[in-house]
Amino acid sequence: MTPTLSPPLPATSPAEKLTLAVVAGGLLALLLAWADADPARRTTWFWLALGLVSAGTLAWSWLKFGQHPAGVQQDNLWLRASTGRGAIAWITGLVLTGFYVVLYWYSGDDGKGNFGLLNNLVHPLDSFSQALRGRPADQWFLYGTFYTLAILLMGGRALWKYRHSRYQVIRTASVMFFQLGFAFLIPGLLQFFQQPEFYFTYFWPLHYQYLWPSDVHSLVQNGQALGVFMVFWGAVMSFVATPVLTYFYGKRWYCSWVCGCGGLAETAGDPYRHLSDKSRTAWRWEVRIIYTVLGLIIAITALLWVHFATGGTLLGEAGNVGAKWYGFAIGAVFSGVIGVGFYPLMGSRVWCRFGCPMAAYLGLLQKHFSRFRISTNGAQCISCGNCSNVCEMGIDVQQYAQRGEPIIRASCVGCGMCSTACPRGVLNLENGPREGRYQASQLIHADSLRILS
Amino acid sequence: MHLVILGNGITGVTCALTVRRLQPEARITLVSSESAHHYSRTALMYVYMGHLRAQDIKPYEDWFWNENRLALVHATATALNTAENLLSLADGTTLAYDQLLLATGSESKLFDWPGQELAGVQGLYNLPDLEAMTRDTHGISRGVVVGGGLIGVELAEMLHTRGIEPVVLVRDARYWGAVLPPEEANLVDRQFQENHISVRYQTELREILGDAQGRVRAVVTTAGEEIACQWVGLATGVTPNLALASTSNVETDRGILVDEFLRTNVPNVFAAGDCAQHRQPGAGEVPIEQLWYTGRMQGETVAHTICGQATPYRRGIWFNSAKFFNLEYQTYGYAPAGPVPGLSSFYWEHPGSRAAVRVYFRSEAPHAVVGFNALGLRLRHAVCEQWIARRTPVATVMSQFGSANFDPEFFPQHEKAIVADYNRQFPGQPVALKQRKGLFSIKN
Repeated sequence: MTPTLSPPLPATSPAEKLTLAVVAGGLLALLLAWADADPARRTTWFWLALGLVSAGTLAWSWLKFGQHPAGVQQDNLWLRASTGRGAIAWITGLVLTGFYVVLYWYSGDDGKGNFGLLNNLVHPLDSFSQALRGRPADQWFLYGTFYTLAILLMGGRALWKYRHSRYQVIRTASVMFFQLGFAFLIPGLLQFFQQPEFYFTYFWPLHYQYLWPSDVHSLVQNGQALGVFMVFWGAVMSFVATPVLTYFYGKRWYCSWVCGCGGLAETAGDPYRHLSDKSRTAWRWEVRIIYTVLGLIIAITALLWVHFATGGTLLGEAGNVGAKWYGFAIGAVFSGVIGVGFYPLMGSRVWCRFGCPMAAYLGLLQKHFSRFRISTNGAQCISCGNCSNVCEMGIDVQQYAQRGEPIIRASCVGCGMCSTACPRGVLNLENGPREGRYQASQLIHADSLRILS
Repeated sequence: MHLVILGNGITGVTCALTVRRLQPEARITLVSSESAHHYSRTALMYVYMGHLRAQDIKPYEDWFWNENRLALVHATATALNTAENLLSLADGTTLAYDQLLLATGSESKLFDWPGQELAGVQGLYNLPDLEAMTRDTHGISRGVVVGGGLIGVELAEMLHTRGIEPVVLVRDARYWGAVLPPEEANLVDRQFQENHISVRYQTELREILGDAQGRVRAVVTTAGEEIACQWVGLATGVTPNLALASTSNVETDRGILVDEFLRTNVPNVFAAGDCAQHRQPGAGEVPIEQLWYTGRMQGETVAHTICGQATPYRRGIWFNSAKFFNLEYQTYGYAPAGPVPGLSSFYWEHPGSRAAVRVYFRSEAPHAVVGFNALGLRLRHAVCEQWIARRTPVATVMSQFGSANFDPEFFPQHEKAIVADYNRQFPGQPVALKQRKGLFSIKN
């Protein structure tokens, strides 16, 4: 295809520039908080930073999306350096990746309340952490605060951007609610009341330790009745609620409505959703990697239980060694450093698509034991490619739509963006009877060629 | 059998895919001067607006052609010799065929306006047009769009997203007056207003004025107004591309003349899609159809005939769709723009003017439904088609209207308001809404 010239970008309005400057000022204040030697000033810089970033982000979103007529707003998406893999995207990716490396490996507590490279950002949160959790802040509390703030602020942006679609509005509000309540406030309050820190919205095999002997043991030991409930909750969610909910609604009930990783992808990652690779090659890698991860975590969990049940004799330390390496390679490097750090380059769902064992498990259920599908409206598809473009999971939605077929894919998280972006009203997320689920429209004749293997 | 298809648009490609299915052993070659691979013409605007990249509007990945043994030739065909079954290409080579499909598409229609040859004056039909528009709208402040049809509103939207002020000239008293009834056209006009785009109705282009460098500097309208601008988009329709057909003994009129099997006057030479002109169009149908959907249907039909299963082209129950800025439009069946004897219509509009529905039905009992217009809400194609095919009475359609609802979950459901409005307008036979759209309802 002939490479076209880049069309001219319209000038950013002075008001928008001002709000972006406020965000930049906030990031600068954060840098000052990090570098300042004086603890009192540090705290001031830190809260000023959060205030400026928050105010700037929300004001910018309102100007950028709230001031235009409600509708699909993705002008210049591929043309801007920030969202089209330009210089800004690379810098953003480097900064995010760097932050995760520092967080995971250079910010551990030295036992005296020093948190390595992030120390100066952890301590300004002490008073807030005391109020919420009844204990001083640590690097994970800093991370949780940033994470939740990112979902809330960029969630605000998504609410404005997608305000024409009630599905998107309710779904965005849902991920904001679950992150703030279940992944931030409740775990904090549990600690305040001397209970185990527990996340009710994360289950095995994503939060794999919840069904490992060590965690089960310590939950029951330290949490008493509540701890027993937590173990019970985790097991029921993994093995009963997950199949039942997925049967009725597809994996979206979790991946794009509840999950914190999904929540970040749908809000902070929204500007990058189109960057996911739609090629068949990428799909093949996806299948190879994600089911391997699922197999690994099942095997490690089984080994640990065998190890536990046999009193540590059988299979020696294999389970523990596997657990350690899994925690490093998958838990830290894959889900954190790559999963979020590569947002601006590979899209917002790299982890969910290629790595998450929970997504693999949900996907198998969705593909084989669910009523969920995305229906195609008769013969109305014009093969424009907008649906594939916005698919954060890299599904080439158009291949199905242009053949009049329903989209039933293990990886689909049901974000509904293909339906939202379709200019001809062709796609719709539906929970129908399982009979005829794969039935293509009679109004368009599938070419029945091998398009997808 | 060696099938050569001239043109890799939706018609040519659909034909190639269908022949591959019907005759797995056939040798198939697609020839195109425009692009190496098939791309979606309907998506050109999204590339300009930055929603998509050029490579994103290819409906199939590049490996697809080779794996399905569809040979692609990126070259201009210069002459057709039907006596020897030979196609000459611009690089001097020739291509022998057993069967030939002409799917050469369209070119922008011009009306010999003074100044139409100036730099910065163009239509939007193909990739070179997109390239030219991208180049010529760089750094400009105003563009004039001529034409009140689908491409007209697309061009206006494209300019608008670049911060370029569009001025739209529309010949009729309302937008798309030949297709949309006044109420529907009014909703489209509201989209223009919301986006602060000025539209001059009942105004045509008289002349385009150039500067010393041969670039457009203004247009003069039939109202005598001179509008300064740096670019002019001509969206006054397309006309069949006959460049190759005219080098041969294939009969042409406005388009390449075909019978109902899409055969030309020359044996083994077929024509389909935008470039074909039906000698005897079906009742109420036009001889030249220039739509994505009809191109696809004709491509599929002609493939059957080429493979020896002679199949007449039957368009079936009409459907079409478009999007005007943020307003989606779908139409099914017979949906005329103005009053027709023997035909009645019921029109409902949402109080906020964001959505509307029109149902066309026969005036005489049992008031069979014949067509639909939907704006700002989505109707299920299969359900509407079935209602029309079965001549379902309008009262039945209204009582089951929820089963045609294709809007996403949680969207406001208007069926109650629609039926209440219907009962107000047609009090003779009160209708009760029986079927709403539920969370689990699906009609395939």
